[in-house]
Amino acid sequence: MTHLLEAKSLDAFYGDFQALFGVEFHVDQGESVALIGANGAGKTTFLKVLTGLLPVPGQSLSLEGVDLTALRIHQIAARGIAMSPEGRRLFPSLSVRENLQIGASVKRPGPWSLETVEKLFPILAEKANTPSTLLSGGQQQMVAIGRALMANPKLLLLDEVSLGLAPVIVRDIYETLPMIREQGTSVILVEQDIGQAVAVSDRLYCLQEGRISLEGKSSELGRDEISAAYFGRAREAS
Amino acid sequence: MSIQNWARLGLLIVAVAILVSGPYWASRGTMRLLIEVFYFLALAQLWNLLAGYSGLISVGQQAFVGLGGYAMFSLAMFAGVPILFALPLAGILTALIAWPTAFVAFRLSGPYFAIGTWVIAEVYRLVFAQIPALGGGSGISLPAGLVKAMASGRSARESLIYWIALAIMLVVVLGIWIVMRSRVGLSLSALRDNEEAAVSVGVRTRSLKFVIYIATAGMTGLIGALIFVQKLRITPEAAFSVTDWSVLVIFIVVIGGIGTLEGPILGCILFFVLREYLADLGAWYMIILGTISVVIMLVEPRGLWGLILRWRNITVFPVTRRK
Repeated sequence: MTHLLEAKSLDAFYGDFQALFGVEFHVDQGESVALIGANGAGKTTFLKVLTGLLPVPGQSLSLEGVDLTALRIHQIAARGIAMSPEGRRLFPSLSVRENLQIGASVKRPGPWSLETVEKLFPILAEKANTPSTLLSGGQQQMVAIGRALMANPKLLLLDEVSLGLAPVIVRDIYETLPMIREQGTSVILVEQDIGQAVAVSDRLYCLQEGRISLEGKSSELGRDEISAAYFGRAREAS
Repeated sequence: MSIQNWARLGLLIVAVAILVSGPYWASRGTMRLLIEVFYFLALAQLWNLLAGYSGLISVGQQAFVGLGGYAMFSLAMFAGVPILFALPLAGILTALIAWPTAFVAFRLSGPYFAIGTWVIAEVYRLVFAQIPALGGGSGISLPAGLVKAMASGRSARESLIYWIALAIMLVVVLGIWIVMRSRVGLSLSALRDNEEAAVSVGVRTRSLKFVIYIATAGMTGLIGALIFVQKLRITPEAAFSVTDWSVLVIFIVVIGGIGTLEGPILGCILFFVLREYLADLGAWYMIILGTISVVIMLVEPRGLWGLILRWRNITVFPVTRRK
């Protein structure tokens, strides 16, 4: 069976510096996969590779069997990978609604539109004409997710959704995840909060210093196992 | 439409009507000054579209002013094209030459792009100085017969040039306004705010920049053609002048407020007021201009329009697409 997304023995470099080593990774249709790891483990790098921001020529990375490494960034977006980036990265000179509209640049057909996104996050309809800079952190995160959904992606990447947000707001945002998945969208989420990551994912990968140190079903992995993979052997030895 | 929008439209119509009737109330000197104001404003808005909205900091737009001017002279003198037809053709030719130029310039980015565009403009200047048929380095005048064929007399010709300059300026200002209100404008605003994020959401930033670069080059060429029809004489120094067609234009945009439609208008007014009073001071004039831009950039990087926005949140050209 072909996976929705598949990376085989993937290496990635920033110039001479190697950031990812032989990463084996896959996501299936409708799956929610968490990617955890310490700072600098390569999580964001991996998402950059998936969206084409960090090119990996000659590597094995495919979406529905189509080689992604030969595509440009906007072509990858048009194929159905959309990201809510770390730090939201909203467009400050645009209003909330304009930020959502720009997400539809790739013109993919699907269930998500201005109407359905504003139904998912009702506050965004209320604040439609507000400059995005005047929103609270949680609302900005909703815009970032909504903007990604407007592309009607097959695969939604969520980078550090909970960063800098109050736990109650994080919970509110993650409560929308099942509704997003109901539409058939697969999700890769990068999380610092391991408990949160385990709770909302089907499977989990742990990255450590650019290598996959653990992979498995989220419900079957023990906490000790995860911490060992997260912190690495150096911590165990000491 | 709201009362505010009606007022805005009324004001615009009155302003345009006053300007259109210029040849009936303005002296020759005033008309000549206004023509200059029109093409500097158009050049400023075009550079603003490039640098302010698309992030393409070009210091080489004089390449296209010069190409437009020389294309105009060549078409009129060697191909016998009447000047009024040669003007738009010169713009189109300039856009065609800008196409391969873009492939070279777009290999570079950021400050390298700026320097690269300047170097390209210098190359064009040197090339045109080598063409004997166009007078080489000392330039050439438009033959009197061709100029006379434009209109029935001198004042008719000057009125005609005035109206063409006004029309080009209005097309540029209103055209950019319409573009900024459209879907393309949304993409351009996103591009200006954060290029990486824009390309990630699927905005085709490269094609967009390419199209903007070629379109502004074509319009800049048209303006260049008109400038040298008005001046009646072209030399490589004047046609590819980095001071006139880049430095002053950048000055206008930066002091007025980059990335806004109102800014270049304010900048243009300030620039011409300063020039009227300071032009006799020679080198001091440029020193004063430079000092003013440094001070404005330090006090308010958003320029004069930014200063006004601090005081009151108003807009002359609303570009936000609000439903």
